[in-house]
Amino acid sequence: MTDFEPQIVAFFCNWCTFTAADLAGTSRMTYPPNVKIIRVMCSGMVDPKFVIKAFLNGADGVLIGGCWPGDCHYINGNLKARRRVAHLTEILKQYGIGEDRFWLRWIAASDGIMLQKVAQEMTDKIKVLGPSPIKMAAQEAA
Amino acid sequence: MSNFTTISYKENELNKELAKVFAALLEKKTVDAVLAPCRQANGTIMQTLITDPAQTAAVDPFAPIAPVSSAKIASSLTAKPSGKKIALVMRPCEIRALIELVKLKQANLDDTLLIGIDCFGRFENQDFYSLREQGLTAESFIKAAQGGTTATKDQDIIEACATCEHPTAANADIRLCLIGADAGTFAVEAATGKGEKAFSDMGLSSSTAPGKRAEAVKSLTAARQEAFKQKMNEYREKINSFQALEENMAKCINCYNCRVACPVCYCKECVFVTDTFRHDSEQFVGWAQQKGSLKMPTDTVFYHLTRMTHIGNFCVGCGQCTSACPNDINLTMAFKAAAKVSQERFGYEAGRSVDEAQPLTVFHHDELVEVTGQMK
Repeated sequence: MTDFEPQIVAFFCNWCTFTAADLAGTSRMTYPPNVKIIRVMCSGMVDPKFVIKAFLNGADGVLIGGCWPGDCHYINGNLKARRRVAHLTEILKQYGIGEDRFWLRWIAASDGIMLQKVAQEMTDKIKVLGPSPIKMAAQEAA
Repeated sequence: MSNFTTISYKENELNKELAKVFAALLEKKTVDAVLAPCRQANGTIMQTLITDPAQTAAVDPFAPIAPVSSAKIASSLTAKPSGKKIALVMRPCEIRALIELVKLKQANLDDTLLIGIDCFGRFENQDFYSLREQGLTAESFIKAAQGGTTATKDQDIIEACATCEHPTAANADIRLCLIGADAGTFAVEAATGKGEKAFSDMGLSSSTAPGKRAEAVKSLTAARQEAFKQKMNEYREKINSFQALEENMAKCINCYNCRVACPVCYCKECVFVTDTFRHDSEQFVGWAQQKGSLKMPTDTVFYHLTRMTHIGNFCVGCGQCTSACPNDINLTMAFKAAAKVSQERFGYEAGRSVDEAQPLTVFHHDELVEVTGQMK
């Protein structure tokens, strides 16, 4: 299991978390390449289908990054995201995709350090957890 | 304090007495129309919109069958105001679904008189018709159910009903009560101001609830709760992984009957029939190449998981999805399971109250901190 490299699909909001990733880059900070970033305009536009699709297609983890409550560019998109994540987590948890694989984190535009920390933490955590049960089921079936 | 009137009926005349009640509503102009399950000329039982008092003779609301959820029909009758008053004779689960549709602005209760019936459950359509061939009537079913048994020699009511925790209709203006009623009687209960008004229009005398009702409702509810707990535990034990879920849904052919039958599947156009899911041949072959093969039709589990996220908070457990499935997939338990966890998370209960905001329509600055686990 030591050579297992998790695939983490990350949906980062344009205004805070993606900007933080940009900042981390321009500051020459590195974070694990396991985190594959998709830029969205707001964490509130991450449809639960995006997350389900990512998992069904073999993602080992899904990370949504948004602005801290109160800082949303669209005032409250992140608060809607939080409710949706809570809801979707309950549904997925029943079938073995728990909170440990599906994260929502607030990362401010100025916080490249936090971006690096979260990306590293999630990668480490999923390395310990191993491949997603969905991917494993698909491999067994094939 | 509710008002009750107890009405007696002679053998085989339950529907006749019920028809008198509905006819009175039309004659006294309390309502302009009554929607109720009726026997059709060909013998089937379907929801029927009645305006002529004489036509109420065909009503059979307690027949243990529900070919469609009348919440959907109520939605089409009330979503746009017509200025016509309509009495809707519905099962408890149908009323609960209707409450959710009202909150989604797909139905409106302003011009309605909700008549909720006590519900002992229903059979699958085909089972009902074959049982009726053998002599089953609403009355014989009620009599057996009041005695504590819904099963016949070959068939029982559907699992959704056997595990339903709501045998009486909350939020109804008028209730037609059978649970705990003496043999050969039913009670009419005025439960709201609207119901009281209809009561006085019809000239019904008021009295107290049938003596054994409260106790009988309590014990039936408790028995169904216990059955639900047991079935839910069985489901959780059996379908506890993604692989098990996939196996459970393995026979799905993307017919989407379940979402058509679902009273609370609210999207005007389902995303699964849009271009988003109309993939090119190239795409399919590409997917097949990744693993060497691709089960088709694709996106079946994706569809069911998406539906769970869409209606998890609104599912009332009516069982129409399972009834509609051509391949006998037990969808009801999968959706009841999703409903249980998501409604519990938000302290919400589908159909409990029109005033209770649906969980994903409200959001607050300081809540659900545990989702991110971050504090500033």
